Amino acid sequence: MSAATRPASPGAKALVAIAATLTILFVAAPLAYIFARAFSQGWQVYMSNILNPMTLHAIWLTSIVALVVVPLNVAFGIAAAWAVARHRFPGRGILVTMIEIPFSISPIIAGICYLLLYGRQGLLGPWLQANDIQVMFALPGIILVTMFVTAPFVAREVLPLMQAQGSEQEQAAVTLGASGWQVFRRVTLPNIKWALLYGTVLCTARAVGEFGGVSVVSGNIRGQTNTLPLHVELLFNDLNAVGAFAAASVLTLIALIALAVKSLLDARRA
Amino acid sequence: MITAAAPIRARRVLPGFTLSLGTTLLYLVLIVLIPIVALILKGAEIGPARFWAIVSSDRAVAAFRITLIAAAIATVFNAIYGLLMAWVLTRYDFPGKRLLDALMDVPFALPTAVAGLSLTALFSANGWFGAVLHPAGIPVVYTIWGIALAMAFTSVPFVVRTVQPVLEDLDQSLEAAAETLGARPWQIFAKVVFPAILPAWLAGCTTAFARSLGEFGAIVFIAGNLPFQTEIAALLAYIRLEEFDYNGAAAIALVLLGFALVLLVASNLLQTWAARHREALR
Repeated sequence: MSAATRPASPGAKALVAIAATLTILFVAAPLAYIFARAFSQGWQVYMSNILNPMTLHAIWLTSIVALVVVPLNVAFGIAAAWAVARHRFPGRGILVTMIEIPFSISPIIAGICYLLLYGRQGLLGPWLQANDIQVMFALPGIILVTMFVTAPFVAREVLPLMQAQGSEQEQAAVTLGASGWQVFRRVTLPNIKWALLYGTVLCTARAVGEFGGVSVVSGNIRGQTNTLPLHVELLFNDLNAVGAFAAASVLTLIALIALAVKSLLDARRA
Repeated sequence: MITAAAPIRARRVLPGFTLSLGTTLLYLVLIVLIPIVALILKGAEIGPARFWAIVSSDRAVAAFRITLIAAAIATVFNAIYGLLMAWVLTRYDFPGKRLLDALMDVPFALPTAVAGLSLTALFSANGWFGAVLHPAGIPVVYTIWGIALAMAFTSVPFVVRTVQPVLEDLDQSLEAAAETLGARPWQIFAKVVFPAILPAWLAGCTTAFARSLGEFGAIVFIAGNLPFQTEIAALLAYIRLEEFDYNGAAAIALVLLGFALVLLVASNLLQTWAARHREALR
């Protein structure tokens, strides 16, 4: 283990000063600027921007997407972690790589993939049209592409933890006659709850903030398929910067909540 | 990083294997695999000659060049800045350290569109930074530097968070020994510390580069999106879609997918190397 010490030499002090200055300029300033601009015309203008029907609709749509995607993703993440960390089977490594794939693929590519599958000219397009099912440029498409983009988020928090913890406790519970669900509820879940919470919060932040993939599949129909991040872009292109920043501040707040949960988690681990 | 190696000794004693693996495979196949296959099938349908004509067209080549150059600039910046942050956060105690550490997660949690909006406004003529930089004749917004800036912002945590744990694990007695033997601080860093963190650092930089190549949300705000000048590859694919040129979009997307998969493999290999390296140093 390495021990952190107070920077003693002038060189060390300079390194800390450079690091702090760069981070303030490069990370803290963009963060602060969002709120500075959102509130630049006062609290009342801010509230009227948030309460604008289009903005409210975007917030509502984004909430629906998150409410559908996040629980599905949590179920997937737990299932993947349980399968990979608690069992041995051929192809485990490939499965783990597959879980990580959405993480390294541009959301734009994800959007294009979905369009080529469900779009009018896509593989399933003719069948969907014949059955009058609208996936693209509608809510199902937005949900599906968000599921793609957020797929690894819960699994990558829970899986390494379950691997590190080992399965002795669960095996003991099984030996003592506990059923699968009992083992999961009484042994596994209490052990992974913080990592699960963090993964869920990260997944929510990502689902709520997804832009590239959603912008391909949503069709940007104002007041219909405009999620909150798309609404930010729309307001910006309408030259309504203060409105764009007000909408962005809602997304930023969700991101800050995610970070607060992470800090709590780190403090508990330490 | 998830690794496949797990300490499992017992046979299959724990229940729920079929259910959990079944759920995982169903989700992965439906949500991830089939859509990617749809893209690959579309690419096969285009045929090699037309595929090549699309991706070697002047506009596409310019877009790939701009994307690669900007991602390279961003990665070089992050390689240095990320290493500095990892070093400072593990080696020194100072007031505000926890806040600085938390700020390193902001680019990860902040939606890319929000980051793009804020950076654009910050660096445009009437923003906090633009007000200083513009009169000095340094335009950032609507240039390749703006693209690189947006890429660097969204990808910096990858370098910091990959190098940080390795630095924390490093046995400092080696450095103490080097110091006793009369090595200067920069010599200790270059000959003792840097070789130990090199694999992790390279892995972090590779991931950051991959992320930069695929970045879209933050860039569309700041780039100005002029063909041949500030149009990135992901945006060109998007424009082709809006023109209903699905072949064009699919071909460009496939090239980006190829880059992403090659970099994913490279990063995984580097991570494995880094993990073995770490074990050997213990």
